[in-house]
Amino acid sequence: MELWFSEPHTKNVKMSIRVNKQLHSEQSEYQRIDVFESPEFGRFLTLDGLMMLTEKDEFIYHEMITHVAMASNPEVKNVLVIGAGDGGTVRELTRYKTIENIDMVEIDKRVVEVCREFLPQTAGQLNDPRVNIFYDDGLRFVRGKESQYDLIIVDSTDPFGPGEGLFTSEFYGNCHNALTEKGILVNQHESPYYNEDAKAMQRAHRRIREFFDVCRVYQAHIPTYPSGHWLFGFASRCIDPLDIDGEKWNSLGITTGYYNTELHKGCFAIPNYVKKLLESAI
Amino acid sequence: MSELDQSRASELDQGKASELDQGKAPIYEALLKYRDARIVPFDVPGHKHGKGNPELTEFLGKTCLSVDVNSMKPLDNLCHPTSVIKEAEELAAEAFKAAYCFFMIGGTTSAVQSMILSVCRAGEKIIMPRNVHRSAINSLVLSGAIPVYVNPGVNERLGIPLGMSVADVEKAILENPEAKAVFVNNPTYYGICSDLKKITELAHKHGMAVLVDEAHGTHFYFGEDMPISAMAAGADMAAISMHKSGGSLTQSSFLLIGENAANFGVTEGRVRSVINLTQTTSGSYLLLSSLDISRRNLALNGKEIIAKVVKTADYAREEIAKIGGYYAFADELINGDDIFDFDRTKLSVHTRDIGLAGIEVYDYLRDCYDIQIEFGDIGNILAYISAGDMWKDIERLVSAMAEVKRRFSKDKTGMLDHEYINPKVILSPQAAFYGNQKSVPTPESSGRISGEFVMCYPPGIPILAPGEMITEEILGYIRYSKERGCVMTGTEDMNIERIRVIE
Repeated sequence: MELWFSEPHTKNVKMSIRVNKQLHSEQSEYQRIDVFESPEFGRFLTLDGLMMLTEKDEFIYHEMITHVAMASNPEVKNVLVIGAGDGGTVRELTRYKTIENIDMVEIDKRVVEVCREFLPQTAGQLNDPRVNIFYDDGLRFVRGKESQYDLIIVDSTDPFGPGEGLFTSEFYGNCHNALTEKGILVNQHESPYYNEDAKAMQRAHRRIREFFDVCRVYQAHIPTYPSGHWLFGFASRCIDPLDIDGEKWNSLGITTGYYNTELHKGCFAIPNYVKKLLESAI
Repeated sequence: MSELDQSRASELDQGKASELDQGKAPIYEALLKYRDARIVPFDVPGHKHGKGNPELTEFLGKTCLSVDVNSMKPLDNLCHPTSVIKEAEELAAEAFKAAYCFFMIGGTTSAVQSMILSVCRAGEKIIMPRNVHRSAINSLVLSGAIPVYVNPGVNERLGIPLGMSVADVEKAILENPEAKAVFVNNPTYYGICSDLKKITELAHKHGMAVLVDEAHGTHFYFGEDMPISAMAAGADMAAISMHKSGGSLTQSSFLLIGENAANFGVTEGRVRSVINLTQTTSGSYLLLSSLDISRRNLALNGKEIIAKVVKTADYAREEIAKIGGYYAFADELINGDDIFDFDRTKLSVHTRDIGLAGIEVYDYLRDCYDIQIEFGDIGNILAYISAGDMWKDIERLVSAMAEVKRRFSKDKTGMLDHEYINPKVILSPQAAFYGNQKSVPTPESSGRISGEFVMCYPPGIPILAPGEMITEEILGYIRYSKERGCVMTGTEDMNIERIRVIE
């Protein structure tokens, strides 16, 4: 028997992963949630049929969405994570002893419950005493917050489903308002490669640029995401991520599989076609 | 309602309920049959099921073009319905508890005009509030009827025109006993309702018909705990914008006739003759089928749909209240008279306290946040809430409003605080519209009689109508609205820099 999970990356491109068995499937109030087990990538989670994470390559995404900001400002104490129901981002954050509070806002309680059951690799640190989970809409949660967070990480789905509100001007404006003076906003910034993704990427960049003085984009290689070439946004009022004290971060002794302080500098060097897309984002 | 009327109405209810099946949609079903029969078209429209216009077919879809057809025997004829359109109209009449229901494809504008043309001849009077949609005053131009305006109440804080008070209507009736009809705008765009039942009883007692512009009240017939509908209040005719809260395609509407309308000469046949004066003979089956399917949906699922809309609007009001500065008003305004009831599906928000005109908030929402709301005027905005709204869209709207306040709010001193100016009527709309006119620069027109309309669109309520005196106050209002960014329409000069006045 051949059993394959397939995800169209565009109308004309499809990626397939051989599946041993399906561990879970349900339609929650917000989306369809599935967990599969595969010989190549281990277990993986999909929402509405779109790849969220695999056990094999999730470390790349979760390290890159967390450590770049943490190395840029090691003083971060109060963190807001939006989305991220799988727990991977929170797991990376809990490795910093200096972080005092992590608020995680996930719209879909079922994602968290399913990940706790089937993906302990990412969900394992959700019980850390510093973590508070709020089951709420991210846009709604951040609306009334003012100068409260040192770091906001937007670990969202694509802008075409429940995550849509997290790619809007109103959201970025609200985030700007919720951040402290040295606050940093990091967001999953879609891919520059395929047309539809690139458009979403440009829109997000244009909107973030309206609110933040420092506004950079960095990249990582994530094999199971469309095109494998993924971007993250780094925005702040005053902290430039290229200006880091590498020694300080290295002295923390955090072991990583992908991130290091050399790569930190390199990941902001982006290809010309991506530069062009970002410059022409109007 | 008299006892006799009541018993007749309940007879009708029971009689019809056992006859008709609201699960049917005769026009829609006939179109499916037509398509399945693979008819070879040698009739109009010339696009021939879309094959003759591939670009349009690509854009609108093959399914859509394949049923854009002309009237023919199996599909009936809107001008003279005898089969599937007739059945569909009867089903709609039952769903709205009306004596008859006409499918209208020229918008609610055509329904409003048909109501007035059905009861008023040239020179006959009709009592109406002045804050009506332009379509009502247009029909006075067409018919030559003479308006007797009742000034609506005005809410001091919000500056908006309200409903008509019963006492004001009574005064107008007593002063004009020869008037043929009372026209009621219910609910207003903002969601405000008059005491429709009392006004209807009063008018009937004096032999006047009651016509209701119910463009914004389709859902009153299906939701629970809604303000009273025109048919339930005993009104004689009502114009219903199915395309607003009813879910049908833009431009499609219903015209309802009440159970006692025949007392005023309003019969099915007479009204159809009036409709056919101005209606196309090539009625669009896209519009007709959309009415048919939407009526079925409301009849079967309306209660749940409307409940969801109310819940959504209530939630939005709570969240907007948390932002502060804005005032999302609702049924706390009810005062038993000119705010007799409030339509809670309407999300009307007062914006002046954050120092922004409604139209400015409207522009910011669209230009900075890609959110299109229904309208913004001098002091308020209206966001139209329907069953099509998803929770995430409401969150976007509320968050964007919070951002507009944070980023753009100003000091409110010097802002105009009212939406409504009592008109001085000198000539009837028809006499002015067809009178000898000349064009003068708008700023120099004070003291002249206007020959045309001036209004912000939306909402389309005239600031000036033909036959009314132009005053400094009105010119100031027009200037202010233009400065704040309202889209002004109505005059022949597209920029309202010149206006036609009576010589």
